[in-house]
Amino acid sequence: MLRRRRLDLDRASLLIVFLLLPFSLYAVMVLWPFVQAVSYSLTSWSGFSPDKPFIGLDNYTELLGDETFRTAVRNSLVLLVVLPIVTLGIAFAFAVLVTVGGPSAGGVRGVRGSAFYRVVSFFPYVIPAIVVGLVWAQAYDPNSGLLNGVLTNAGLDQFEAYAWLGEKRTAMAATIGVAVWGMVGFYMVLFIAAIQGIDREVLEAARLDGAGRVRISRSIVAPYLAGSVRAAYIYIGIFALDCFVYVQALNSTGGPDNSTLVITQQIYTTAFTKGDFGKACAMGVVLALLTFAFVGILQLVSRIRSRGTTPVTPMGGVR
Amino acid sequence: MSQTTMTRPAGETRRVPRRPAAGSGDRRAAVASHTVLSVWSLVVLVPLLWTVLQSFKTSAEIFESPFALPSRWSFDNYVSAWTTAGIGSYFLNTVIVVGCALFLTMLLGSMSAYALARFDFPGRAVVRQLILAGLTFPIFLAVVPLFFVLQGMGLLGTLPGLILTYTAFAYPFTVFFLIAYFEELPGEIAEAAAIDGASEWRTFFQIMLPMARPGMASVAILNFVGLWNQFLLPLVLNTDQTKWVLTQGMAAFASSAGYSVDFGALFAGAVMTIVPVLVVYVVFQRRLQGSVAQGSLK
Repeated sequence: MLRRRRLDLDRASLLIVFLLLPFSLYAVMVLWPFVQAVSYSLTSWSGFSPDKPFIGLDNYTELLGDETFRTAVRNSLVLLVVLPIVTLGIAFAFAVLVTVGGPSAGGVRGVRGSAFYRVVSFFPYVIPAIVVGLVWAQAYDPNSGLLNGVLTNAGLDQFEAYAWLGEKRTAMAATIGVAVWGMVGFYMVLFIAAIQGIDREVLEAARLDGAGRVRISRSIVAPYLAGSVRAAYIYIGIFALDCFVYVQALNSTGGPDNSTLVITQQIYTTAFTKGDFGKACAMGVVLALLTFAFVGILQLVSRIRSRGTTPVTPMGGVR
Repeated sequence: MSQTTMTRPAGETRRVPRRPAAGSGDRRAAVASHTVLSVWSLVVLVPLLWTVLQSFKTSAEIFESPFALPSRWSFDNYVSAWTTAGIGSYFLNTVIVVGCALFLTMLLGSMSAYALARFDFPGRAVVRQLILAGLTFPIFLAVVPLFFVLQGMGLLGTLPGLILTYTAFAYPFTVFFLIAYFEELPGEIAEAAAIDGASEWRTFFQIMLPMARPGMASVAILNFVGLWNQFLLPLVLNTDQTKWVLTQGMAAFASSAGYSVDFGALFAGAVMTIVPVLVVYVVFQRRLQGSVAQGSLK
């Protein structure tokens, strides 16, 4: 009897300290602000006045008619579609090359030097995104930038002083290019791990039946990785909608004619430059709804295809 | 590397035939693969090497001859970035904030993961769902009110405020990663410890935690990279310039873009911001890549 009581106290104290205390910190600093944001979005609070005038859905109707915000939403949706397709496409191709892209005869293996390619490709992921943005902003510089230097040295004189980030035609593509540069290695590593989960026997059996690298990639690797690719799409999609650092570092004002302006930049300036706090929260809610809709659709797709996945952020905890 | 053997296989009877002399199709495919992968490696490495190169030049040199080697290899830019541009103190702040937040995150995260993995109590499923929610919600939605939460606590623009925020935001990922780890540890050992009279606390700190060391190391490295590179939270919440972290210092370079910027110092600052994470990456490269794969695709 005594032992049980002691254990109960022991367990109770453990649960309080191990779970209740840390969870409270998390609730106050992460969960509570989410809830607050929703309620603030119904006010016209400037952020610094003592009262928070309730205005119902006015912020939302205003956002509907806000040309700039609509542009930002459109750009975010472009990111949501283009960034994953390009990044995951390249990452998938590279992952296949370094795992099963080796010779078509003999055991299934990657091209030589795979380890080197893998290590180098992952490099940009560990570099702070703001530095990635800054380095590329300099590399894109019309006059002293690396890119135009390389292009003009290759004989393409039309790029002598081309402003990649300053021209409406290329600003968004150049921005997406930087994000792709930063993310490919990460997803390549994910896909490599998934491919390595394929039973060796299956690969070798296919090889004995005469399957070359293309056939193996198409008929074994691709179907096997479908679930992983969908999961990866969820992570990178959340990232694309949440994307702030790259766009901010490359074009802090939203680019030529707002061509690279995204929702998060609008939230940031609306809240912290204009002090229109209620509206910024309404934008945040719109962003959250977009995220949920996106994740919901993808999860519906994966449920239909029967391989469920749980979204867990791959960004090392803090995005 | 053994795949250079050129012997022809005796026939198709071997389980894993050895590689025959590469056919011309094979060779073309190999050349194409290597070309693609090498080009990508160059695309990754050249901008970084260029950054290092620029960090040794004067601003005038950067504009006049952007691709030439520096006329004189000197660390002037590093000195001026470290002192004049404040990178030195930002560096120190970053080390303090990331160090403390990492310790707190690992301690609190592992404790919570252990409690959630090994104890049954009412509301457990709800807590798990709420922790998962923190991973899917857009961080931007939380950050705006968080400003006033911190202000209300008097922690806005202070290092402790930033440390607590980092900890709170790294908490859900850490817990989720480690729950799986603690669930896999054999329960018999904990039971044996309980029979021997060890308290629950002691069982955790002296038995279970040491056993989870590989998982802890993986999350710690991921969190280190994530926290070192964190930009949005300090930008919004760390408003006092003397408390700035490195990423904020770099952003200040960006926003003051124009001819007043000391470009040499900018590149030197970039190099100094990258080096610590790069060192961690090179040393823990295998574990980091492994934990990325393990923690993200369930």
